[in-house]
Formats: sequence, structure tokens, C-alpha cells
Amino acid sequence: MNEKIDIFWAGVRAEFPLLVGVFPFGMIYGALALNAGLSLAASQMMSSIVFAGSSQFIAAQLIHDAAPGLVIVLTIAVVNLRHMLYSASLAPYLKDLPVRWKVLLAYLLTDEAYAPTALKFEREGVTPLGHWFLFGAGLALWSTWQVSTGLGIFLGASLPQSWPLDFALPLTFIALVMPALKNRPAIAAALSAGLVALLAYGLPFKLGLILAALTGILVGTVLEGRK
Amino acid sequence: MNIWLIMLLGGLITFGMRFSFIYLFGRFEVPQTLRRALHYVPPAVLSAIVFPELLIQEGRLALDLANERLLAGLVAVLVAWFTRNTLLTILAGLGALLILQFVL
Repeated sequence: MNEKIDIFWAGVRAEFPLLVGVFPFGMIYGALALNAGLSLAASQMMSSIVFAGSSQFIAAQLIHDAAPGLVIVLTIAVVNLRHMLYSASLAPYLKDLPVRWKVLLAYLLTDEAYAPTALKFEREGVTPLGHWFLFGAGLALWSTWQVSTGLGIFLGASLPQSWPLDFALPLTFIALVMPALKNRPAIAAALSAGLVALLAYGLPFKLGLILAALTGILVGTVLEGRK
Repeated sequence: MNIWLIMLLGGLITFGMRFSFIYLFGRFEVPQTLRRALHYVPPAVLSAIVFPELLIQEGRLALDLANERLLAGLVAVLVAWFTRNTLLTILAGLGALLILQFVL
């Protein structure tokens, strides 16, 4: 029993440095979601129902723009596709667990919980209690995300209406996209997606967004394959 | 579509993707091409949102110096590039927009 708790806390401790970045991000999400026109309850609940940072920002932006529901759901799916990779990467270490554990750990599997857990698993291999580490890291992140969202909503509600706060969402995306532009294929993916988004802006149902995203992904993938 | 339904579907799909391989382990491998393609999801999706936000005003392309959001966005790009800090980028972009709206 004690060993489980020790490993759980090791997971929580490994998560701490990441929480420093997650907390303000959650607050910004809370403030912006409210500002984008989501109700107080919807802004808060999205953090536990979807529980995936960047896709929540994007969903808030698209709800603000009155995009059709199907396009929003599709965009959330594309943005969160990478979680399948995390799932595949951790699967060998979790394969002997009962399904209820798999459900719980899959729900908690975010970028920030994956990173320290993958490092630990790679270092130590399959251990019988290793999943408690992911549980600790995931739960620490989940709690922080809920609290910071709530605080952000609280602060967002008290900001002056005259501020152009809707502009903060695209600004957030600019901050998020920069570190992703690591090489030529990534830059080409960004530029081609942006260009198609402009050209296809007039398409109905915000389909231009999906078209642009798929173009960018295709361009990046093909260019990388040619190297 | 109702906003709660959107969140529920988005959440279910996200959970499904997180659960997929943990549940099905051994029966599937992630194809190499999909693995590669995933690297380009963030730059593609985020740019597809940002470009129109900065460059389209009232349904038209606005590629000129009177477009405050474009100028403020470029300030944010520079700050993001040099600081890699989300909060600073937002503050710089919002500050630039407020000043430009006041000046222009």
C-alpha cells in the first residue's frame, strides 16, 4: 500500500514544474472562454469534459465565431489526434491493468501527464505499480486545470468590457504556433494552411478551416517525406 | 448544435483517442505516415485560424497599414518568437492593439 502512495507522490512531484506553465494557461482559457460568449458553467465544464488545453481554446474561438457544431467537433478531433500517439506509446506498460484503470488513466492522459510518465516508463520498463505514477501526474494536472479555469473565469468576469479581449485568442494561438515552427516542413505547413484559410474563407460552415488544416498537414508530411 | 452536445462529442472523441491503444494494445501499430502527419497538426490548425483573424476584416482581405489587428499581430509574432512566453505575447499584442486603436 505504502509503495503505491510513494509512486503516486513521485508522479505528483514530477508534474510540479509543468504546473507552473499550466496554471496561467488555464486562467487565460477561463477568462477567454467566458469572453468568447460561453456560459459560466460551459466554460468551467469544458475543462473536465474535453480536458485538452489547446482544443478548448480553439473550441471557444469557433463558438465565438458561430461555426457549425460539426465543424467544431471535427476540429477538436483533429487537434487532439496526437493523443493516439501517447496512447500507443504508453499501452505496453499498462496492458495488464483492469479496464477501469485503463479508462481512468486514458481520461487523465494529457500532453503534460504523458511527458514525465513516458520518461519514467522508458527508464524503468514495465513495473507492477508504475501506473500509480501516471495517476499521480495526471490527477495533479487535472486538479490544477480545474482550479485555474475557475480562477480565470472569476477574473475574466471582472475585466472591463471595452478591452478588445476577443483578440487575445488569436494572440494565444500565435504564442502556441511559434515553438512548433522548428523546421522547413513545419513552416511550409503553417504558411500553406494560412494561405488556404484566406483563399477559402468564403466557404460556408467554416469548411475553409478544415480544408486549410488538412492542406497544411499534407504539405508538411509530403515535404518531410522528400528529405 | 447545442454547445453542451458539442463539448460532449468533442470530449468523447478525445477520450476515445486517448483510450484507443491503451485498450487495444497488441492489435494495432500506428502507421509511420500518421505518426509523421501528427507533427504538422499544430502549425497547420493554428495558422488556419490566425491568418484570417489578422488579415480579414468585414469579410475582405485587408493587407494594409490601417489594419490594426494585423500590425498588433505582427508585434505578437515578434514577442512570441523571442520570448516563447504565452502571457507576454498576449499582453504585448493586446497592448499594441490598444495603442494602435488610439493612434490610428
